[in-house]
Amino acid sequence: MIPSEAETAIARRVAAAREPLLVQGAGTKSGILRPVQAALVITTTGLTGITLYAPKELIISARAGTPLHEIERPLAEHGQHLIAEPPDLSTLLGTGANLQTLGGVVATNLSGPRRVAWGAMRDHVMGIRAVTGRGEVIHSGGRVLKNVTGLDLCKLLTGSHGTLGIITEITLKVLPAPEAAGTIVIPGLDAGKAVEALSAALGSPYGVSGATWLPAEAAALLPDQIAPGRSLTLIRIEDFTASVLYRTEKLRGELGFPGVEILTDAASRTLWRAVRDVRVLPMADGDGVWRVSVRPSSGSAVLRAVAGASGYLDWGGGLVWFAGPPTGATHRAIETAARSAGGTWTLMRGPDSLRNAVNVVPPEAAPLAAITRRVKGAMDPRGILNPGRIYAGL
Amino acid sequence: MITLPDPKTDVMARRDAVIAGLRAAVADEEGVIADPISLKPYETDGLSAYRQMPLAVALPETTEEVAAIMRFCHANGVRVVPRGAGTSLSGGALPMADAVVVGLMRMNQILDINYPDRCATVQAGVTNIGITNAVSDAGFFYAPDPSSQLACMIGGNVNMNSGGAHCLKYGVTANNLLGLKIVTVDGEILDIGGEHLDAAGYDWLGLLTGSEGQLALVTEITVRILRSPEGARAMLAGFSSNEIAGACVDSIISSGIIPVALEFMDRPAIHACEAFAHAGYPLDAEAMLIIEVEGSVAEQDDLLARLTAICEQHHPISMKVSQSAEESLAIWKGRKGAFGAIGRISPDYLCMDGVIPTSKLPDVLRRIQEMSDSYGLKVANIFHAGDGNLHPLIMFDANDPSSFHRAETFGADILKLCVEVGGCLTGEHGVGVEKRDLMPFQFAEHELEQQRRIKSAFDPDWLLNPSKVFPLRDPLALPRAA
Repeated sequence: MIPSEAETAIARRVAAAREPLLVQGAGTKSGILRPVQAALVITTTGLTGITLYAPKELIISARAGTPLHEIERPLAEHGQHLIAEPPDLSTLLGTGANLQTLGGVVATNLSGPRRVAWGAMRDHVMGIRAVTGRGEVIHSGGRVLKNVTGLDLCKLLTGSHGTLGIITEITLKVLPAPEAAGTIVIPGLDAGKAVEALSAALGSPYGVSGATWLPAEAAALLPDQIAPGRSLTLIRIEDFTASVLYRTEKLRGELGFPGVEILTDAASRTLWRAVRDVRVLPMADGDGVWRVSVRPSSGSAVLRAVAGASGYLDWGGGLVWFAGPPTGATHRAIETAARSAGGTWTLMRGPDSLRNAVNVVPPEAAPLAAITRRVKGAMDPRGILNPGRIYAGL
Repeated sequence: MITLPDPKTDVMARRDAVIAGLRAAVADEEGVIADPISLKPYETDGLSAYRQMPLAVALPETTEEVAAIMRFCHANGVRVVPRGAGTSLSGGALPMADAVVVGLMRMNQILDINYPDRCATVQAGVTNIGITNAVSDAGFFYAPDPSSQLACMIGGNVNMNSGGAHCLKYGVTANNLLGLKIVTVDGEILDIGGEHLDAAGYDWLGLLTGSEGQLALVTEITVRILRSPEGARAMLAGFSSNEIAGACVDSIISSGIIPVALEFMDRPAIHACEAFAHAGYPLDAEAMLIIEVEGSVAEQDDLLARLTAICEQHHPISMKVSQSAEESLAIWKGRKGAFGAIGRISPDYLCMDGVIPTSKLPDVLRRIQEMSDSYGLKVANIFHAGDGNLHPLIMFDANDPSSFHRAETFGADILKLCVEVGGCLTGEHGVGVEKRDLMPFQFAEHELEQQRRIKSAFDPDWLLNPSKVFPLRDPLALPRAA
């Protein structure tokens, strides 16, 4: 990890700033959470390029503004991949495809279906460089796979939406990409039965790396139609080809549902890309979009509890995507459902009026909120980095 | 030698009042220890070269008791040292003369096992192996497996972000947690996360994990439990040089196989372990790999055949593929008994814990051998080759103060070397007191200052686990959160 001119320039600008700064990469995710009122924009798009790729050490480092696809390409050439399978939410967020940056994905800690088995983006961030609100460049972690030296600011900065520091360079753990993928498709289950099946699959010894339930209207949005008019319960296994064949057959037998289909490698990849990118969420123009994370066994109840919204389940039932009228009433219903299941929610999309009016993430208990304010103050004492992005007034 | 700051004389003078305050906070009369003989076991941890009697020990049985202790200590300016099983190899639980040790070993209950959601909630004093034992009948396990897993407690694992031999596939503690119950320095009880993934807001779970007791006390933990694979089997391969074994590791990683474990031992480690465990290790090898794979028997056969072919390209001088679970156990027996094995050769040793880019291994081992010669101390190296975590075991004689001093300096030199080649000071043991004064080799002063400010945001008066992690300054507790 090495300083670059652009990083130094960002640090100088932050140090000199007298007004709030909108911190972003390509800006494709600025519709998530609350809007930021800022006089100036600081973008990391000038910070590009892979700075280290050591395939044999399972490590890749790149500057934060590097488009994600420019990182995925050399990884694929070496038979490796980003473990957390980060989504491209351009359909959902109405932005151009393939624009998002590595920094944006890390700053929002977005992970795809594989997260249920292999961890989130935050689990694979081994090192970070960032400009703090003081305009100082700090690093945390490094370029090795195991590191407990000092407080883990990598995890603090990952998912902090640019409010604690401007991430300038990131080192990720990567892994060999599996040779093949296969998908068990069970048509026609209701959400409750589906979650039971997904739970059985994730609790099996076969290394399930995707566990999703799509109601019929969501399944209709898949690129290839499988069982029109019916819900689909989808279970993915990724491994060497022979293992995928063995494991999907074995698991299909153990689950014991009739009418089950197993998708090939190519069909699986197309399907899971659509699921990853949330292109299967039935939504109308102008709908609000929410992401709720709960214990998987309560996913179907949470989905049912919100009248007037459509949705589907990922992560074995633990991730509920909702689209619905962008109103306080929908938001409150989702909040109540998430809360009753002991879970968490994120407002992913909505008009500014809604984004400004509601708790876009759960409010914290008072003593924790006090810690949050002090940690924000420790990283950004003047409160100039993306003020109000996560919590109003912070 | 590590220096500790002077104890707070006012707290020392109020010792009786502090003990009375602790007794009011803990229901069980035996839950507060004040007499010197009973305090003795708490004077040190796994880094037994350092000893310091604490002011008192409190052994709470509930989170509420922990909160009451913290409210009292906070109100009275008393420092607190959290302790699990006391197995820290970095002195993470070393007391101070003016500090109360809060031992969480009585909080040893498994509170909930939830198979449909693949998680378990346990108190901080449950042992690491205790979690796996509680779920193994149902075919599940808790993945991180530090060498001390029979004794070490999950609360300590969380505080040190412990690893183990199987991290390459399953990750370290931080990757296997869902939620925590913590007690803040002023005695507030807070829930972090829960039974779900990726709580919104800042990643407190990630920040607290590995924070070495600097930010809060952890009393309950919700961990992910995983279904055990159908089976696992190991193989070993001996090579005529560290370089060749290192090249073989590269080839394995490049092959697309993710072994569940990939362990490297150098010649002194092989000899020590073989003499101890009679595991059939190749005594003529300079370096040896233990490679473990998982899956059905047919999948194991396939993976082991691929690995055998890879190893053969590097001309091993011996190779043994286990044919059964029993043979795998025998292969692991030597590696798992490594600490005992070294202990038989040398009554005293320091177990170091650096991390290096795996490509630097041959070079680093050569330089460690040069240091070994110049310090006149033997060293054996065990290496988690998949993730670059190097454990040099430096042998010394504790009865000879100069020998101990040389061992410490030797260890520090190794860790500085790890940083120099692009690695870090500690991969899984934590900084503790042991590596505290080496922190400036890895972090610039303004970076340490930034970490100190985070510490201050949680613990403004610096009462939690004092004199660890951050190099001492005078006065001890200056930085403010904002």
